[in-house]
Amino acid sequence: MGLLTFSRGGIHPPENKISAGNKIEKAGLPEQVIIPVTQHLGAPAKVLVSKGDEVKTGQVIAEAEGFVSTNIHSSVTGKVLKVDKFPDSSGYKRMAVQIQVEEDSWAEGIDTGEEVVESVDGTSEEIRNKILAAGIVGLGGATFPSHVKLMTPKGKKAEYLVINGVECEPYLTADHALMMERHRELTIGIRILMKGLGVEKAIIGIENNKPDAIEVMQKAIEGENGITVQPLKVKYPQGGEKQLVEALLKREVPSGGLPIDVGVVVFNVGTAYASYLAVQKNRPLIERVVTVTGKSVSKPSNFLTRVGTPASFLVEKAGGVPGDTAKVINGGPMMGKAVANLDIPIVKGSSGILLIRETEAKRGLVQQCIRCTKCVSVCPMGLEPYLLMTQAEKEMNDALEQDKVMDCIECGSCSFTCPSSRPLLDYIRLGKARVGKIMRERKAV
Amino acid sequence: MNKLIVSPSPHAHTTESVPKLMYGVIIALLPAFAVSFYFFGIGMLIVTTVSVVSCVLFEYLIQRYMLKNKPTLLDGSAVLTGLLLAFCLPANLPVWMVMIGALAAIGIGKMTFGGLGNNIFNPALVGRVFLFISFPVAMTSYPEPGQWLSYTDAATGATPLGIMKEGLGDSTAGELMKEVPGYMDLFLGKMKGSAGEVGAIALLLGLIYMLIRRIITWHIPVTILATVVVFTGILWLVNPEQNADPLFHLLTGGLMLGAIFMATDYVTSPMTKKGMIIYAVLIGLLTVIIRVFGAYPEGVQFAILIMNIFVPLLNKYFKPKRFGKEVKRG
Repeated sequence: MGLLTFSRGGIHPPENKISAGNKIEKAGLPEQVIIPVTQHLGAPAKVLVSKGDEVKTGQVIAEAEGFVSTNIHSSVTGKVLKVDKFPDSSGYKRMAVQIQVEEDSWAEGIDTGEEVVESVDGTSEEIRNKILAAGIVGLGGATFPSHVKLMTPKGKKAEYLVINGVECEPYLTADHALMMERHRELTIGIRILMKGLGVEKAIIGIENNKPDAIEVMQKAIEGENGITVQPLKVKYPQGGEKQLVEALLKREVPSGGLPIDVGVVVFNVGTAYASYLAVQKNRPLIERVVTVTGKSVSKPSNFLTRVGTPASFLVEKAGGVPGDTAKVINGGPMMGKAVANLDIPIVKGSSGILLIRETEAKRGLVQQCIRCTKCVSVCPMGLEPYLLMTQAEKEMNDALEQDKVMDCIECGSCSFTCPSSRPLLDYIRLGKARVGKIMRERKAV
Repeated sequence: MNKLIVSPSPHAHTTESVPKLMYGVIIALLPAFAVSFYFFGIGMLIVTTVSVVSCVLFEYLIQRYMLKNKPTLLDGSAVLTGLLLAFCLPANLPVWMVMIGALAAIGIGKMTFGGLGNNIFNPALVGRVFLFISFPVAMTSYPEPGQWLSYTDAATGATPLGIMKEGLGDSTAGELMKEVPGYMDLFLGKMKGSAGEVGAIALLLGLIYMLIRRIITWHIPVTILATVVVFTGILWLVNPEQNADPLFHLLTGGLMLGAIFMATDYVTSPMTKKGMIIYAVLIGLLTVIIRVFGAYPEGVQFAILIMNIFVPLLNKYFKPKRFGKEVKRG
């Protein structure tokens, strides 16, 4: 099978997959957890518990409010200490439930066993309801509620399910580990999502730097109807859904559109696994695989972590904070967010905690643009970052809109590649925010 | 724990930098420098040294005393301009003229517009054209190759292109080809010409290095050379008596140096691939038009400077292909 990749731009940052090949380890239970009620895109969930309540593992503690929202479950057994605002990884204080952890005892009706349940029963509506009940969101990082994605909008038809096993972010290995160790469950999860969507065909896209995962998944799908594994050439940002759909199917998602506009729905491998647990085991999304890594980290690991666990707890398990740490990133180095401290809780969308050394954390001195065209040639969306930056600096909002600033997926390829260390993406984000506001206001009129 | 740095993504950056790119181009010029030194000896060394030192010095003085901003000497761009200027001057040009050329290149070509990144014209070519118009005699008496120890006292003569320009009409191209060095000499650089423009093979080596290092892409140099070959090829096929063949055009004059090192200057070339192709095709066409129909034997310098003017326009009208405009189904 030939290797595919997306057609425009792209970069090859150093992969640094230090924790690749490390088995998934259970992180264990911390003393306290802080479970934010906004772990997804959309409306915050409505808190159902109050101070002093006893909660069980897997019990709903906040329920979906509105269509684009989802349930939040307690990831531990224990007593609610506080329902209050706590800082999350964005640095903002957001509503969360703090729980004192006691001995684990799961809520009723949840199958906690390890045996694999093969047969997928239930209609697509039942599957959707179970996925909503389990609070499943896109685990690739965008955290869009999955039950919404399973509802194909009127006039559109889903043809393909694309499973994102690309993991193009440097350092991160959580999805890789999941494919290696939970391939059976993952395959059933894919079947569930296919049924939920009503599609006959699914493609699993995996980059060629994970030959072991490609092999394992190819074996796992033997005998499955309509599921294929497609190896991809290594290139960032292939995990971006527009890039992945184009790489696999040669279909371009239109500007401002979604993959469903070209008949495709994309889910991350983690989401497929979570769907398996939700539908076959009634187990809500309360834990996920989190990579804890960094060049100086003594024990880079892939931890199966309960939601709400403080990042500091995981870092301790990985050997503690190295002395030369200058930056901590929630996620990967290309799109992850730098955090101010390690008290932040792990949430559904946390794929990794990356500790960066002082030598790599600092940005270069910003110099004059020499028009080398590197940013233009690496942009996967066919934009002109150098121009967008100038337009954003000068607040030329009309020009920004015309030059498609809203198409930017914020992959950071331009800023990565700039030899003058210009803060291209920083300004483009600023421009996006302004233009986005203008466009929303125009719509509202 | 130390205080953590918080900044927006991305948190990884390339190891490439402006000085590294500039020095990369300088390394790519080394084979051509070696060839020129071999043929023009001490004169080449003097012109190059004077040009580089003057460019760096003028840039420093202008930034320090006129613009009053932080001098950016170490980015390598002034060194590169100095080298490129020296490459397109005859190796017997007196020191003071070289210095005037350097002042025009840095002062008028670069700093007037605000320094690196803002100039419209290729600074080295601005310097060369300034000298060419001010001192036409000195700028068109090229030393014979192989005079190792001579400088301004070197015996001079016309370039192959000059012989062609003068002779055509009275004699046929075939007769004139006997007066110019053979193809092997042209290929290796044993001919009269500006110091660094001889030696096609060395310049091509530089091109290969820059392509491998990904300093430039193939679009501009290859398109210029291809356009010249096609255009002169057509002329040659139509009238072989009065037109030199494409290979002659390819190997003589400043075409290689211009196509590989001058037209590809980051600041003064287009930002998109489409723009680059159009820019390069027009440079190729203009070069041949000036060479064949114009008053000067060589036209690369003017062709590039003229096309430099159109770069902002090309940037405006030739955008990259955006993602998601056309939806292919099936």
